[in-house]
Amino acid sequence: MVAGIIEFMTAPTTIAYLGIVSVVFMGLQIMAAVMVYAERKVAAFMQQRLGPYRVGPKGILQPIADIVKLFFKEELRPKAADAFLFSLAPIISVTAAYLAFATIPFGAPTTFFGFLDHEMPLQVADVNVAVLVFFAVSSMGVWGIVLAGWASNSKYSLLGGLRSSAQMISYELAYGIALATVVLMANSMSLREIVDAQQGYWFGFIPKWYVIPQAIGFFVFACAGVAETNRAPFDFPEAEQELVAGYHTEYSSMRFAMFFMAEYINMVTVAAIATNLYLGGWHGPFIPANYGWIWFVIKLAFLLFIYLWLRWTLPRFRYDQLMSFGWKVLLPVATVNLLLTAAGVLYFGGY
Amino acid sequence: MATDALLFYVFAAVTVLGALAVVIQKNPVYSLVSLVGSFFGLTGLYVLLEAPFLAVVQIIVYAGAIMVLFLFVVMVLNVPREDAAEWDRAHPLYRPMAMRVGAVLAVLLALELAWALSRTSGLSEAVNAKPNALVSNVTHLGKVLFTDYMFAFEVTSILIIAAMVGAVVLARKREE
Repeated sequence: MVAGIIEFMTAPTTIAYLGIVSVVFMGLQIMAAVMVYAERKVAAFMQQRLGPYRVGPKGILQPIADIVKLFFKEELRPKAADAFLFSLAPIISVTAAYLAFATIPFGAPTTFFGFLDHEMPLQVADVNVAVLVFFAVSSMGVWGIVLAGWASNSKYSLLGGLRSSAQMISYELAYGIALATVVLMANSMSLREIVDAQQGYWFGFIPKWYVIPQAIGFFVFACAGVAETNRAPFDFPEAEQELVAGYHTEYSSMRFAMFFMAEYINMVTVAAIATNLYLGGWHGPFIPANYGWIWFVIKLAFLLFIYLWLRWTLPRFRYDQLMSFGWKVLLPVATVNLLLTAAGVLYFGGY
Repeated sequence: MATDALLFYVFAAVTVLGALAVVIQKNPVYSLVSLVGSFFGLTGLYVLLEAPFLAVVQIIVYAGAIMVLFLFVVMVLNVPREDAAEWDRAHPLYRPMAMRVGAVLAVLLALELAWALSRTSGLSEAVNAKPNALVSNVTHLGKVLFTDYMFAFEVTSILIIAAMVGAVVLARKREE
């Protein structure tokens, strides 16, 4: 029995799996920290300030200082709050955020330089309905926010929670239809197969990424993705002038940090999904296929920069504008795009 | 095989306990959360049956969409906790109407289940049968849905649209 366990634990496949899982887990945490730093630096750059510069060279240790500060803060819970759900809500948020990344591939199958005797996909779980799993898990993120709003027993939290969940539900429709359009084109729900369908070039130099035939779909997906993650210009849950800090008004210390982390991880996940669905994932010129993850990281970083760019460029929508934009513009556009794509796929007999 | 059985019991326990908690909980928000927990148990069971598509879709539709709307209603209406104390003193037969109707329905359901099980032949074979690989095949599912079950599918969608239009008509303000 013990020998069996040792044999299982030291098998190359097991080690490779554990490696991938820890790379994803730690990578997401590090990405969240990098995003916090990048957010401050980009904001400072756009507002002609210096940004953080005291902690470490160029302020690069600022996220660590933030985390240490959050660790040592007092954990407050309002007396009238619902104790169980108040603690559960941030856990749901952060779990959903991590879980959503599980089905996302970030590189071509590899043997890890001959460490394994067979090729292994660079992703935690290769599911054949990966797109749907991602969609399901990200829709569970709403629960964390709604429950946080309700359990805090504060009117600002409740309103923030209600707003954000109304927003997420409204934009999920356009989001889902944009996903379905790509699934239709690739004829598969596996993210790995969707990425592989985008291999190659048109006329020898234009990459076959879905962002070109699906420009409208990409626009819809980008808008809905920003709204899904509650980022500016759709950051209603935290409209400071109206709602203090929205659903996490009553949270402090590590519980607040969990919401914060979930938000940044969600951004990374949405950017990763967009990379895979529209920008050809790990395929790209100049870099050999074995190092495809470098392309993936470059595209991811570019999309994340756009996130920050949007936040510090665009003013916040008004709430009714947000709702009418979602229901009257994005949803019809996404639906027409889906129908046109379906007709195209039918006419040309596959893409 | 042993892991499958173990997982089945874990998921089944989550499903049943979650469903029980929905009824037993006094706080409506907790009831909703328990129901979502129960759905997750159900999802695990679907995955064990090798039907990942069904598993994920039921999370999206029920846990992700419908239950959140329920939660909205509960939160906006601010439903108070049920006060069971005054009910408990009364004899079961004098309890409010809802409980009597519920008891009748529960008995009916149990009888129906027993009847259905007694009529099913080859139950043990069905339990030990391999799951049908086609169930998890999205292409096959779509084909069946739009050929064999076309009528039921279309009727359901008309029903849902009718309900939606009805809700909009009811919610709209009357024009004076």
